[in-house]
Amino acid sequence: MPSRLARKLAACEFVITAEVAPPRGCDPSGFLRAAACVAPWVDVVNVTDNQGANMRMTPLVAAGMLLREGIEPVMQLTCRDRNRLALQSDLLGAATMGIRNILALTGDGIGCGDHRQGRAVFDLDSVLLLQAIGAMNQGMDMNGAPLAGASDFFAGTAAAPEAEPFAATRPKLVKKAAAGARFFQTQAVFDPRRLAAFCDTVRPLGVQVIAGILVMKSAKMAEFINRNIPGLKVPHEVIERLKGAADPSAEGVRIAVETALQCSAICNGIHIMAMGRDEVVPQIVAAVR
Amino acid sequence: MIVSTQKPLEEIVAALEGGSRVFIIGCAKCATVCKAGGEEEVFRMQDALTAAGKEVTGTIVIDETCHMLRTARDLRSRREQVEEADFLLVLSCGAGVQSVAEAGEKKVVAGTDSRFLGNIRRFGRFEQRCSLCGDCRLSDSGGVCPVTVCAKGLSNGPCGGMEEGNCEVDRNSRCAWVTIYERLERQGRVERLEVITPARDFAHKRHPNSLTLEK
Repeated sequence: MPSRLARKLAACEFVITAEVAPPRGCDPSGFLRAAACVAPWVDVVNVTDNQGANMRMTPLVAAGMLLREGIEPVMQLTCRDRNRLALQSDLLGAATMGIRNILALTGDGIGCGDHRQGRAVFDLDSVLLLQAIGAMNQGMDMNGAPLAGASDFFAGTAAAPEAEPFAATRPKLVKKAAAGARFFQTQAVFDPRRLAAFCDTVRPLGVQVIAGILVMKSAKMAEFINRNIPGLKVPHEVIERLKGAADPSAEGVRIAVETALQCSAICNGIHIMAMGRDEVVPQIVAAVR
Repeated sequence: MIVSTQKPLEEIVAALEGGSRVFIIGCAKCATVCKAGGEEEVFRMQDALTAAGKEVTGTIVIDETCHMLRTARDLRSRREQVEEADFLLVLSCGAGVQSVAEAGEKKVVAGTDSRFLGNIRRFGRFEQRCSLCGDCRLSDSGGVCPVTVCAKGLSNGPCGGMEEGNCEVDRNSRCAWVTIYERLERQGRVERLEVITPARDFAHKRHPNSLTLEK
């Protein structure tokens, strides 16, 4: 039976996803609390993979824990920390545990995280990882050698609708689709017109679009994100709006709600990046549902 | 050429701990061009080590320290000074250091860090364009190497961190994949970029590597 995410997207139902970061340590209680806080409001919960190249518990185990709690995860998997053997072997583990949704990612550069002296791998990239997942669904490894049993992964990947020059990113989107991506969970969207143009580009590729919605707390946080988080770019106007607000934290939620509403008319779902403020997820979901 | 940079003097002096006599070896090729171990740097090192209380038994700048037989021969020509020394300090790339090490049983000290295979932009400015990956795909990527110029060495296009055409890892550098796209666009062959480039074959990269030309 396909995953809930696959079923809903196949039925063209609007999906809402959120993300939680695995624990930084071997005490999972905070992680499980955060997941339990957002899970009732969303369809699936993404489990990030050493995001920002900061070391945390492997998403394989964290996603497995969510399954045990009855929460359907999207396991994010990056190429930064694993070579082709490790990627495939984690995928086999994920399939065996019942993890169905995979978000195949390249991964942020190791220099932006907390282990800057480490060696980044990048043996494969997101396109090749998607191909490997496709092969595994056919009961083969990436070299075409048979495996005991086939997986049933529903694979997606990231996209950056507001990246400039956009034309330079298009060939990779085509390749991601050809390699088996079924959905894009995008970087934070701020300009719905750009999202609409992006959807027009990728719709013919048969990939569904889940728009990233970033919840900001303050102008300072937005500036921090711009400086430190690759691929996230909060526009100047949004920062000004946060600066001018009497209650920037509430304004951040308002911006997220407005953007989510606009996006919901354009694409197949939204992905809420609450940046640790899981308690605001219900408010955004309520507005969109 | 192999771009190398000289190690800090304190590090070199620390490596010479336990001996007072040093023979200094430079290289007339790459290390000379990048000013890590040419004649001038060898003389300066001699002065610095003398000031640090070391005795320099002699110096030599070998034509190509990576040439093992030539290095051994040139060192033999200075046998006395070499024998007198407690350490052979080598101001060349790591290949040269090992030619020197293999030429005898003396303790060697590497005075430089070998950095990369570099193109010369102008005097004193070197840029890494080739990683010697052993699996060259430049013909397909508009003559720009994604393995080297892309900070992540990605084979199939830009990562999600590209911003305004610049690299996620170094915001002051152009994204290699944007450069590749723009070049191929000017050549009217961007459709080439929609073909998936297979995973790299790292079997070419196993080391230690060697090559014997067949007659």
